[in-house]
Amino acid sequence: MTSLTGIFSKKESAAEEKIFTPKPYSNPYVVGVGLGLVLLAAFLIMGRGLGASGAVSTLVAVGVEKVAPDHAAQNNFYKEYLGDGTTNPLKDWLLFEVIGVVAGGFLSGTLAHRIKRTTEKGPNVSIRTRLIYAFVGGTIMGIGDRIARGCTSGLALTGGSLLSLGGWAFMFAVFGGGYAVAYFVRRQWL
Amino acid sequence: MMPYFKFDYFGFDFSLVIAFVIGIGFGFALERGGFGNARILAAQFYFYNMRVLKVMFTAIVTAMLGLFYFSWIGWLDLSLVYIGDTYILPQIIGGLLLGMGFVIGGYCPGTSVVSASTGRTDGMIYLLGIFFGVFVFGEMFPLLEGFYNSTNMGRVTLPEFLGLSHGMIVFLVVAMALGAFAAAEWGEKVLAKKNGRGVE
Repeated sequence: MTSLTGIFSKKESAAEEKIFTPKPYSNPYVVGVGLGLVLLAAFLIMGRGLGASGAVSTLVAVGVEKVAPDHAAQNNFYKEYLGDGTTNPLKDWLLFEVIGVVAGGFLSGTLAHRIKRTTEKGPNVSIRTRLIYAFVGGTIMGIGDRIARGCTSGLALTGGSLLSLGGWAFMFAVFGGGYAVAYFVRRQWL
Repeated sequence: MMPYFKFDYFGFDFSLVIAFVIGIGFGFALERGGFGNARILAAQFYFYNMRVLKVMFTAIVTAMLGLFYFSWIGWLDLSLVYIGDTYILPQIIGGLLLGMGFVIGGYCPGTSVVSASTGRTDGMIYLLGIFFGVFVFGEMFPLLEGFYNSTNMGRVTLPEFLGLSHGMIVFLVVAMALGAFAAAEWGEKVLAKKNGRGVE
């Protein structure tokens, strides 16, 4: 790339430098409208909303079935995601949607030059500690979203816009749980 | 008539293509909003950057108004849009756990996918944690099954539960969102001044 920039004028190489600094994140209200329109498209085309954690359940259920088929067959939770055996459980709407999320996040990050091998954390915590917290938080999230039957996208966002009682109760509980423990993990972020 | 899938405009296999395309839009929007970055998400819980609240409520209001008007014009049969049953206690307890996991780990499932796909190690580890958590839940399911299926209230919405019209609830949610936005903008300015910290 540097050899290429050499043949351009000074003005253009200045522009080149600018391009590689990550762009600031977009206006949250504009993003909100965009996200709302994606969600609305899912409702209008498919008759269902967005999701994320359901895809993990499918993968875990398929994984457990591969390793211990008898064990999975005795468990109602795994059975729900494995289906009755007539269709491949991996042909799942949410799983394909989440593969799209991977692609969409990467596309947006590439266009804004925000793809970076790094660890996001506050200044007062080591990478090692941050990663332990990430794993513990993920585990609690995984248990919590299965108990609630959905996550921030499947229940709060989707259920919220459908005015589902469970979706709204869940949303307030998420904020409540977050604010309740925020003080105790502040060193990780502030 | 919408939703198209419910009126057999296309089959299941094609719906997976749509899933992928919608997922691209979803991931794109999350990344644009800064939600691939745990520091932005966690900031919500320390009040110095209220992006999570702003994006979430704007999205909910946008989709809610869309559903309301499409159904009002008669282009959408709202009764065919899937609304999960309300299991009120598991959803409150699960929500509290999820909120804790959110601030401890820095992401929720969807945002951790975006974080991982934009190269963040913490997002990848967090995603592994979710897999582990779902596995733990799965293994404990025989013990949890009773609670998991308790307090089933069926397919209940706010208009039904509160005994108000659909339009009235839509109006109240919009009013609440606008109030929350005003409070968020004000709160960010006050805290930025106090801490000398930018709002990014």
